[in-house]
Amino acid sequence: MQYHTPDSFEDAVAIANAATGTTRFLAGGTDVLVQLRADIVTPDDLIDIKHIAGTHDITHNADGSWTIGVAVTGAEMSEHPTLKNDWPGLVEAMDLVGSTQIQGRATLVGNLCNGSPAADSVPAMIAINASIDITNATDTGTATRQVAAADIHTGPGKTSLTKGDVISAVNIPAVQPNSGDAYLRFIPRTEMDIAVVGVAVNLTLEGDTITAAKVVLGAVAPSYVTVTDAANALIGSTLDEAALDALATAASAACNPIDDKRGTIEFRTQVSGVLAKRAAVIAYARAKGANT
Amino acid sequence: MSMIHVNTTVNGDEVDFVCDPRETLLDVLRDRLSLTGAKEGCGTGDCGACSVTVDDRLVCSCLMLGAEAEGKSIATIEGMATTEALDPLQVKFIEYAALQCGICTPGILIATRALLAKNPDPTEEEVRYWLAGNLCRCTGYDKIIRAVLDTAKDLRADAGEAR
Repeated sequence: MQYHTPDSFEDAVAIANAATGTTRFLAGGTDVLVQLRADIVTPDDLIDIKHIAGTHDITHNADGSWTIGVAVTGAEMSEHPTLKNDWPGLVEAMDLVGSTQIQGRATLVGNLCNGSPAADSVPAMIAINASIDITNATDTGTATRQVAAADIHTGPGKTSLTKGDVISAVNIPAVQPNSGDAYLRFIPRTEMDIAVVGVAVNLTLEGDTITAAKVVLGAVAPSYVTVTDAANALIGSTLDEAALDALATAASAACNPIDDKRGTIEFRTQVSGVLAKRAAVIAYARAKGANT
Repeated sequence: MSMIHVNTTVNGDEVDFVCDPRETLLDVLRDRLSLTGAKEGCGTGDCGACSVTVDDRLVCSCLMLGAEAEGKSIATIEGMATTEALDPLQVKFIEYAALQCGICTPGILIATRALLAKNPDPTEEEVRYWLAGNLCRCTGYDKIIRAVLDTAKDLRADAGEAR
């Protein structure tokens, strides 16, 4: 195995494109090293992107949007003084991943690229319309394209990334006035487990009325599900009982889960609706200015 | 297989070593630097027995490559006590019998020190969540949690007197 420490994305792209065997990128390594040690994946080329300038930065841009470097850890997101004021749901979702030790290394992009349909931060990213910068070679050098976070994961262990693609940043939009996001997951214990159901909700209000909504489910289908019917159940409502019940019905209807020891199909389907309601209540309170 | 030469700092001492790129920091600490305080419990980041700090950040040394230690400052359990005295946290763990077999203890002490550096006055719930990634199969955790809370109280009192 060759261990590379490029100091630019251009060099990282060149190494990835020149590689002929199995290639992995190393940021936090909390999934890559487990696979490496278990001989599940033995990379021929391991490209550590942490020496590239800017990869450790959380930047609040002039237009209110955020740029999160690809090596920024969950702990750094939680400790940031203002990121969670704008996007509490994103920060709480990432904070649910693993232990304190894992938080010291794990990254948003790693959570996304590992390809699990049950990653906690991914529904949260999709719900707030995050986008991913992907750098790769062109005829004249390298270029960076922007892809919606929703379009990266395609199935268990699979992403839409192709040879030479290097994720170079996560873009988080500016928060809109009177908006709030929230993420909840169900696990059979209190800590240190993988989501059996995960639900992210992002709402915008005008007065008491919801004018925009996005509801995203994780761990209940081969990939993440953006539930349009659930969003439509919320839009135009003041989050009354009828809207919450319609939301739950739509969320449950969108599930296509597996049946395993951690949760049956029936359980995951029902809990999706319950968690969608609870997450919507939290997002609504945050949109009204609650600091929860 | 090309070996990698790494310069780093461990418990304040500059050290260098040569390692295979696949070796974890835990492998390097135990097998190349003879620092066997950090333990391999699971090797997958679940148990916390290999906890160390890297540039003051608590991590599992089994989930980091030795090669990634280049230019970093690593702190392990071997750096906790001085030649004269145990750390107050170690004293309190003995007083409370907050260990039995001892495999998890180095990781729990390192993790606890990181907590108290960040939060000198944690609630019991905060201690339990912070240490959720440190598994102990002997104690049932209660003695550990009480030892941590009592150490924190003593350290706050000491800090108050120093002021």
